[in-house]
Amino acid sequence: MQFTEKVMDHFENPRNVGVLEDANAVAEVGSKECGDTTTLYLKIRDNRIVDVRFRTLGCAAAIASSSMATELIKGKTLEEAWALTNTDVVEALGGLPEPKIHCSVLAEGAIREAINNYRRSQGLDPW
Amino acid sequence: MPEDRIRYFDHSATTPTHPDVVAAMLPYFTEHFGNPSSLYGIAEESREAIARARSQVAAAIGATPEEIFFTAGGTESDNWAIKGIAHAHRDRGDHIITTAIEHHAVLHTCAFLEEQGFSVTYLPVDREGRVDPAAVRDAITDHTILVTVMTANNEVGTVQPIREIGAIAREHGIPFHTDAVQAIGNLELDVDEDNIDLLSLSGHKFYGPKGIGALYIKNGTKIANLIHGGGQERGRRAGTENLPGVVGLGAAIERACTDIPAHAARLAGLRDRLLAGIMEGIPDVTLNGHPTERLPGNINLSFGGIDGEALLTLLAMKGICASTGSACSSGSDAPSHVLLAIGTSPQRARASLRLTLGDLTADEDVDYLLALLPGAVEKLRRLSGAGA
Repeated sequence: MQFTEKVMDHFENPRNVGVLEDANAVAEVGSKECGDTTTLYLKIRDNRIVDVRFRTLGCAAAIASSSMATELIKGKTLEEAWALTNTDVVEALGGLPEPKIHCSVLAEGAIREAINNYRRSQGLDPW
Repeated sequence: MPEDRIRYFDHSATTPTHPDVVAAMLPYFTEHFGNPSSLYGIAEESREAIARARSQVAAAIGATPEEIFFTAGGTESDNWAIKGIAHAHRDRGDHIITTAIEHHAVLHTCAFLEEQGFSVTYLPVDREGRVDPAAVRDAITDHTILVTVMTANNEVGTVQPIREIGAIAREHGIPFHTDAVQAIGNLELDVDEDNIDLLSLSGHKFYGPKGIGALYIKNGTKIANLIHGGGQERGRRAGTENLPGVVGLGAAIERACTDIPAHAARLAGLRDRLLAGIMEGIPDVTLNGHPTERLPGNINLSFGGIDGEALLTLLAMKGICASTGSACSSGSDAPSHVLLAIGTSPQRARASLRLTLGDLTADEDVDYLLALLPGAVEKLRRLSGAGA
């Protein structure tokens, strides 16, 4: 499987790995089909993601997608982060081989679920 | 940065064609190129070369030359054996016995026959991947026309009690086919002693070329043809002979079967050292397959808390070629049917690594892998949280 240099960089040196102890939004999502799981931790302050961490059990594309997604949402408002799609993640990685596109969906799902979990914790309706 | 030198631990996938085999083949591309079906001198040379190769293949498995038929490889041999027996014996019955851990060349062929009205029993295996011969006996009915059980499994390396299974099939007058693609060159086989009626083999698994294989068909076995056309292979398998391939197959099998005990002992020594090092250096690892009744060069492991394909990618970056029981390539790929059949959980099956050793594996490759693997596994466990 031929990956771009950016994918390999994010796989070998993933950014924002680990647990965020003072996270106020957490989401754990998984793909039943291929068994990948991602846990995303967000620290949200004044409607903005001020810090983010992740843990992923999955292939190189899934790990690189998680890493890139955390880079893309750090500092963003919740509205901006919600708008991030897996296509944006794939583009930022310089592309993924077609059979690997589905791996990037996990990151998008984790972000949205974490945001909704946060909204629920604040007594707001989920988006 | 990728390593310059490739450390090849994927001999069950394929092997390089040995230089001596290539040298034996080369004249048959350019010099001795005659169509064996023609009448002139260079055709006679081709016919002689094919006869020599047929004898080499026969000698390697204790058969006679007229019992050897050349095919395009293991998949064609499996298809021919199963469909050929099924169609030739349909007047006797419609039941086939096989196992849940066969290669897809067998399983998909059986599934195809099920669509045509045949019934297939897929025998389970134990946690070590062994088929119980008693289960074969119990599965036989008045309608059973074929028993097909692989000699050794391509994923977990478990060697089956084929001699006992063959004996049971023979007692009942049922043809016994074995897919011996992984076994040739690694295990000593004798079609008479092992009670085998049909045996599939493939050249590229034992340092021969790709695209050539053979099916052994015991004299007197009633079997329908798979490939129709000209009268090649004594009217049993049509198509102009793959002359260089046939020559390569003969040279390769003679070389691979010359001293199997020494070859197997070398591989088993490397394998056992590699396995011991992994077990010592990495926590939460399980060996899949049988602890002793396994191919000498096969190690199949499951690691807790990682994805097998991610591990393969990390290893590939360091020049290591290996295999896994699950590739995340479409989002709906099920883990290996073999690992699931031996009771491995889907999660552990996705965390598998198959290392198959062979001629290309040197002591220093084992050292290199042992130095690298613990760090790679730990890195992935940190990422997944399993190592936290």
